[in-house]
Amino acid sequence: MSAQLNPDEIRKRIARRIALELESGMVVNLGVGIPTLIQDFLQPNHGVFLQSENGLLGMGPTPPDDEFDMDLISASKHPITLEPGASIFSSSDSFAMIRGGHIDVAVMGALQVSERGEIANWSIPGQDILGVGGAMDLVASAKTMMIAINHLTKDSKPKLVRNLSYPTSGIRFAQKVIDGGERIFIENSRMILREIAPDCTLEEISATTEAHFEVAEDLKTMPVTPHAMGSGIA
Amino acid sequence: MIEVVHSQKLKTAQEAVERIQDGDSLLVGGFGLTGTPFTLIDTITEQDRARNLTIISNNLGEAGKGLGKLLNSGHIRKAVGSYFTSNRDAVQAWSRGELEIELIPQGTLAEAIRAGGAGIAAFYTKTGVGTSLGAGKEERVFCGERHLLVEGIRAKVAIIRAYKADTLGNLVYFKTARNFNPVMATAADLVIAEVDEIVEAGQLEPEQIVTPHSYVDILVINDRYEKVGGTYVERSVEPG
Repeated sequence: MSAQLNPDEIRKRIARRIALELESGMVVNLGVGIPTLIQDFLQPNHGVFLQSENGLLGMGPTPPDDEFDMDLISASKHPITLEPGASIFSSSDSFAMIRGGHIDVAVMGALQVSERGEIANWSIPGQDILGVGGAMDLVASAKTMMIAINHLTKDSKPKLVRNLSYPTSGIRFAQKVIDGGERIFIENSRMILREIAPDCTLEEISATTEAHFEVAEDLKTMPVTPHAMGSGIA
Repeated sequence: MIEVVHSQKLKTAQEAVERIQDGDSLLVGGFGLTGTPFTLIDTITEQDRARNLTIISNNLGEAGKGLGKLLNSGHIRKAVGSYFTSNRDAVQAWSRGELEIELIPQGTLAEAIRAGGAGIAAFYTKTGVGTSLGAGKEERVFCGERHLLVEGIRAKVAIIRAYKADTLGNLVYFKTARNFNPVMATAADLVIAEVDEIVEAGQLEPEQIVTPHSYVDILVINDRYEKVGGTYVERSVEPG
């Protein structure tokens, strides 16, 4: 699937597609990894308020190299900018915003997602992963969760599984999953394939997805190029 | 030489870190390297008085930088925080059994420090319910939802990073270098703040002050690091 694309292009494709999901007025937390590419793929005047766990509402795109300031960073610890009207606050205020239910959408990476939408995104059994960050706070309290992932793990195993075999991040469920080849909605504990990338086939997706999923009657082609998404997107 | 307005709270970094004892618990500000009190950390490493430290901080810096330096110099016994994977040295020290690690979700960490500083012994949160990090914790249902009991966190000493202080010790922060620093200023017996500049009391607008001076015991000037191309680097010339 998408064999001609390098990993970096696939990450950008996912970030671009998720940018289209975000609507004006939403407060959206961007987690570590692919999600913190999204600020560079929003339309001008998008009206989305990007929240960063390290204490920022109103995150803007990556600055040019000569304007980097490591005192102004995203959750991935990459330099970013401030949108007009941005505010900066402490980590405790930031997590009060997260845990108090004030985040409309949390976009996060995952190691596995079960077919019901359970999320495993902090630990792999037998591996030295000593980090949880804000993942469990977001899973416990964000109004909705959108998962931005590569389709397969680094050792080519399905990330979309029937049941989690990695430790769960909480007891709440994700609503959407977007990877390089597909856009899936999770409704009533069922995965429904809504879009498929033009360079993927249903057979490929079925062969590389352990989770049961249904195919939407009106299955659409995922817009993957800047051109297909309308002008003005990077 | 950096010009400094005199403050009764002003000490050298060496004088300040002499207050840290072997086996102490330390709250250390920063998110990655952003908002890290580099001068104080380097001075603890060099002074080499206090070992077996328990460090409570979101991360352990990066490999060889910030708290990563204090780890490599063998001063840290235990780390309490949310994300250590970004420092490969920390992961290796842990797998060799040389470093104890307690992993806490970042929001639970921030709130536990807030509670510790606010005289709240413990609180209930939904974060971590049903996970292995929540296993064994007391659980209670409020409004139909499961919650975990978490105890507040305090430490003997906090070392934090602010942008500017006034002579009384009021603090303001710079951009996202604020992160854990203000909350940590509330939750330790001794609070040492590293700043770039000290101005006369009255020069900071009251509405601008984030950390009121009563939380701050000692001010130290960052005379070792400067920002070059947006990144903090050690000054090439020793301060006069």
